[in-house]
Amino acid sequence: MRQIYLDNQSNTKLDKRVFDSMMPFLIEYYGNPQSIYSLGVVSKDALELARCKVASLINADAEEIIFTSCGSESNNLAIKGIAEALKSSGRHIIISSIEHFSILNSIKKLEKEGFDVSFVPVDDKGNIDELRLKEMLRKDTILVSIQYANPEIGTIQDIKKLVSIVKQNKNVGNFVAFHTDAVSACGAIPVDVKDFGVDALTFSASTMHGPRGVAALYIKRGLKINPQIDGGVQENSKRSGTENVPAIVGFGKACEVVKEELVSKNRFICKLRDRLISGLLSKVEYIYLNGPQAQENRLPGNVNFSIEFIEGESLFLLLDAKGVMVASGSACASKNLKLSHVLRAIDIDAAIGQGSIIFTLSKFNTKEEIEYVLEEFPSIVRRLRDMSPLYSHFVHTGKRRVIIPGTNFGDV
Amino acid sequence: MAFYSEKVMEHFANPRNVGEIKDADGIGEVGNPVCGDMMTFYIKVNNNRIENVKFKTFGCGAAIAVSSIVSEMAFGKTIEEVMSLTNVDVAKALGGLPQNKMHCSNLGASALHKAIENYKSKKL
Repeated sequence: MRQIYLDNQSNTKLDKRVFDSMMPFLIEYYGNPQSIYSLGVVSKDALELARCKVASLINADAEEIIFTSCGSESNNLAIKGIAEALKSSGRHIIISSIEHFSILNSIKKLEKEGFDVSFVPVDDKGNIDELRLKEMLRKDTILVSIQYANPEIGTIQDIKKLVSIVKQNKNVGNFVAFHTDAVSACGAIPVDVKDFGVDALTFSASTMHGPRGVAALYIKRGLKINPQIDGGVQENSKRSGTENVPAIVGFGKACEVVKEELVSKNRFICKLRDRLISGLLSKVEYIYLNGPQAQENRLPGNVNFSIEFIEGESLFLLLDAKGVMVASGSACASKNLKLSHVLRAIDIDAAIGQGSIIFTLSKFNTKEEIEYVLEEFPSIVRRLRDMSPLYSHFVHTGKRRVIIPGTNFGDV
Repeated sequence: MAFYSEKVMEHFANPRNVGEIKDADGIGEVGNPVCGDMMTFYIKVNNNRIENVKFKTFGCGAAIAVSSIVSEMAFGKTIEEVMSLTNVDVAKALGGLPQNKMHCSNLGASALHKAIENYKSKKL
């Protein structure tokens, strides 16, 4: 059967060139880079070359790059490591309400340790409320962490502007570190840490056709950070543990490929995305795009629609039966049975949020695949709507029924 | 292992008895307030037996499969037999449900019981 992978927010296919670059370091060159004999030196050289390539993608210096095992680890290191290092000058942290769980749960832990946290709200498109951010800054604020782009609804923040709001605010007493989670952005859109003015930035190989098991944290020269793994001297003593050389080499190659192809692939992916958005809008009634419009600040590969009167999990199961793999932000599709916190943050109606379906495209998708989805999608929606009591109520009465968590169903 | 059992997927892909009954003898509706699933069951009763049953469901794969199999289980049964059917029986008939779906999507028997109560209240 046909396999159409449109869930590139959860993982991306490894680029063949990346795979080829990793191979020698799996079997042939297995020396530990900390060893000074010849096999170790080969690994050490490969490690440092990869560091240069990774740094170059975000316009950082090589020594500002710390390799970790995944985006979650980088976020944990950034949030906890910076908070611990700066806590003598304050204990107030600001994050946005649409951050990744690795930020949200790191923050939860810090709250238990006595840190005070403020959540900046977003508008109905997922854009940070700049005025609220300004108001939240205090004399004891030490850290602000705001995601560069959101993987679920595709909103790209104006990080440069947010950094300047934080750095120029008069309420602020001491130094405030600015961290951004750029896992979904890096590889998809340009990232320049010097231009942004950020102090720390998380990015990962797995979202840019690199291997899993490796990510990085950019730490601006001079920024204090407490390590979260106690051990040896690897990664400038900021992240102990034997370096995952094959994966890091692959990450370096992936960054090199992105740098070469970003502009052309970006244009191609935007074209596919726009075709998918306009095609769905013209073929299916009562659907709503979540997040910014395509021509606004939206990630190139991101399409998130709420399909009214049906539920996202049943929708993606039927798409899967046709070979199309996507995600959903619905409660039923999540392990904790809650509507995604991102959809709640943009204040979506609960019934409409239940019908959320997320397509995330990559450079490996084709025009034919998008046309296939557009061909199959309407009949799947029709099939589920024919089964839906919410739809038949709407057809018979012209009224919508609302679902309010914690209550029974009522009429609008 | 797949998230859902084969039986769940089979009922989800080919649900039985989807629809509405215009002159139903009883209508039962259950909505789960946690995740927002919703089921509406329609029954026709003849001689104390379920002569016809149809449903409409808004929800995940499990919710649709539960509705389908419970409609099959109820067909031709007496009112008392259907009233003694539990949500656990339904989950068992489906070869089990994922743990987190046991309580939210497994509401088919409850919806049918409501339809029967509705039928009984009309007879009074």
